[in-house]
Amino acid sequence: MNTLKFIIKRLLISVVILFFVALIIYVLMRSLPASYVETIARQKSMQPGSKSFEEWMAQLNASYGMDRGIIPGFLHWLGQAVRGQFGDSWFYTVPVLQKFEETIWLSFIMGAISMVLELIIAIPLGIVAARKQYSKTDYAISVFALAGISLPTFFFASLLKLVFSVKLGWFDLFGIIGRNYEQLDKWGQFLDKANHLVLPIITLVVVSVGSLMRYTRTNMLEVLNADYIRTARAKGLSERKVIYKHAFRNTLIPLVTIVGGSLPGLFSGALITETLYSIPGIGYTSYTAMVSGDIPFSMFYLSFLAILTLLGNLISDVLYAVVDPRVRIA
Amino acid sequence: MEEKTKKTENQDRNEEYSLNDDRRVKVLSPGAMVAKRFFRNRIAMVGLFVLIAMFLFSFVGGLLSPYKEDQLFYRTEILHKEYAGAIENKDFRYAVADGQEFPSVVQAKFILASQKGEESFSHDGKAYQLTKESDDLYVISYPDGTEVALAYKTIFSTSDPALKLDFEILSAGLIAAAKEETSFTAHGETFALDPEDGLVTKDGKEFGYISTWKMEPFMKDVFLTRDFKDQVIEAIEKGEKEIVYRDKDGEEHEYTFEFNPASGKWTINQETESRVYDTYANPSKEHWLGTDGYGMDMLTRLMYGGRVSLMIGFIVEIISTVIGVILGGISGYFGGWVDNVIMRVVDVFYCIPSMPIIIILGASMDATGVDPKIRMIYLMLILGLLGWPGIARLVRGQILSLREQEFMTATEATGIGVNRRIFRHLIPNVIPQLIVSCTMGLGGTILTEATLSFLGLGVRFPFASWGNIINDVKNTFVLINYPFIWIPAGVLLLLTVLAFNILGDGLRDAFDPKMKR
Repeated sequence: MNTLKFIIKRLLISVVILFFVALIIYVLMRSLPASYVETIARQKSMQPGSKSFEEWMAQLNASYGMDRGIIPGFLHWLGQAVRGQFGDSWFYTVPVLQKFEETIWLSFIMGAISMVLELIIAIPLGIVAARKQYSKTDYAISVFALAGISLPTFFFASLLKLVFSVKLGWFDLFGIIGRNYEQLDKWGQFLDKANHLVLPIITLVVVSVGSLMRYTRTNMLEVLNADYIRTARAKGLSERKVIYKHAFRNTLIPLVTIVGGSLPGLFSGALITETLYSIPGIGYTSYTAMVSGDIPFSMFYLSFLAILTLLGNLISDVLYAVVDPRVRIA
Repeated sequence: MEEKTKKTENQDRNEEYSLNDDRRVKVLSPGAMVAKRFFRNRIAMVGLFVLIAMFLFSFVGGLLSPYKEDQLFYRTEILHKEYAGAIENKDFRYAVADGQEFPSVVQAKFILASQKGEESFSHDGKAYQLTKESDDLYVISYPDGTEVALAYKTIFSTSDPALKLDFEILSAGLIAAAKEETSFTAHGETFALDPEDGLVTKDGKEFGYISTWKMEPFMKDVFLTRDFKDQVIEAIEKGEKEIVYRDKDGEEHEYTFEFNPASGKWTINQETESRVYDTYANPSKEHWLGTDGYGMDMLTRLMYGGRVSLMIGFIVEIISTVIGVILGGISGYFGGWVDNVIMRVVDVFYCIPSMPIIIILGASMDATGVDPKIRMIYLMLILGLLGWPGIARLVRGQILSLREQEFMTATEATGIGVNRRIFRHLIPNVIPQLIVSCTMGLGGTILTEATLSFLGLGVRFPFASWGNIINDVKNTFVLINYPFIWIPAGVLLLLTVLAFNILGDGLRDAFDPKMKR
């Protein structure tokens, strides 16, 4: 009962936050000096025998619904968005939601695979590092984790491309499908896509595995210093049992929280990585839309990201209370 | 006062302490403990040294480098330009007298006759007579003596394109050349002929020349001088492949010859030297890391790029720390509705997806063509304004717990003012965590800046930053062929960010009083 009340309260707060986030983003997008509309108007007015730039601006603004003031415009957008209508993308000239549906699953698959890999790599290594604190293994793992965190995505991606695409020729440099994709059978097409996802996923995993690894290590260390571990050891339990039954289960509490909290993030797409490899997921699609000043798509994507963040926070808070019986929700 | 304490210390040292004297135990202040723990951490020390090296490289290196940030380098490149074509004439050419006809069928018959050594031939009921002046020159005439045409292999060309050659001059000249005479007349005018090199002069002025070589320039505005042609032909006949020719203006050019066996033509290439930007030069003594796509020294660019990257990192971190500490401090200290409002603002800012926002702003700055310098300032402001919520949360959380401790009750009891209580008593206790988060945040900020600059939305040319140096790699040709352009910048970036993270880690451990070591 308490939990339900807490969730409802948090949801209401989230809605308020979301309203302001959307407002800020909308005001920002509208007050930007050069927009997509202006670019198009300039192009059109350049054509021989065309109307003047101002006339085109007026006409395009009216047709794109940009002739309202900023606040009325926002309220109109909000009214539409609440009903699930995000309008048509200017850049892609299809409904925003249609483009979203086309691209989101690719991003989700990419994110999910990398997340599973991250968990598989980070948790065991984090535990090993914590068990052998200050040993050479610990230092090696810590430095590796920090290096992953410090690695500029674009630099690492370039290195991977140089080694695996150029020198070894195992993968293509860009894109999700190969040159002869159309000639392949179903299975071949699947393999082709999988092949194109290898480098992006490696990039994602290496760049983000570090923080999870460090998180695991820190929590494991905390648990290993706890009294009940001393008690378990004093009882004469085998080290295996102490670590994997008593300590590990308790380390899982914060891990579950953080992993649960990052689940919505799987849908947000990897903006930089997708752009680097030209993977047509939601990240790359949005990047292109944002760079060309596509307001409907950008508004949608940014609000979507804000919702995902809020949802992530909510999930991790709730999970924290659910998993850890010591926590009481206020 | 100070001297006095020193004296007492000296006295103390000379005295013998009893076994249970407190002074026998060396007591370290908390600060000294932190320093001791920090200096023992070898990895953190490595990080510190790397950072010091980076700062020296970026801030001192720029001064030591012999080159300026945006100094362009040139190299002279030799361009092959097709200049002229030359052909040694081995086929008969025909010149037809005014008012006469000499169609190609008749030309074919003439060739047959000349090969057989006949002196006459006929075509279509007309008889033609051949007069052989030399192997390369025949005069074709009707039996009545009227000249019809001239068949020749040596070519008579004028020195000046304005001068016209008509049939009479041509035939007189060619015949004279074939007979190796030194003069001929045409139209009542006398021309002098040098049988050695075929030079034809009229009234002492150069008129034309006669040679078996035909040479024409590829470009219309070029006129080939006689001298040039002579030298080229001489060189070709000697089997040489190139000559150096000094033209009228005294400019020296090198020419190379190429023979195309299929067409039997020689192509004369002019080698012109032109100054071009020394782009993507390989590493050399002058440029240790080569030059970039603009023709600037890579190492110098890296130094200045480091300056920009580090400066941006620091300024951004200062902006967000100041905002974060003030808002977090107020929020944590006062609590209640103030805390609520500020924390909701933090929540809102926390939710704003910063990377997309910066990308949108960057793209719009691109479109309006903001000056690169102002753009850099905007970039710092934007990053700073988006970065403070995390710090505000951290400060607030710390202050909430510190507020309840006894020493704060004491400050309240002694009647210290609110400002003083916050900034003299609370904030200093937050500083350790703040330093750690700032050090790690610096690494993150530098990464963000580099990513933006890489995408072309951050620091722009002419300013260098490590990110925009790597930007070149977007060009796949550079990615493949010029790794020395982008790998050093990436390594520097990685090392710097890693060093900041390691340092932050080390500082956190050092500040943690629970640490065993």
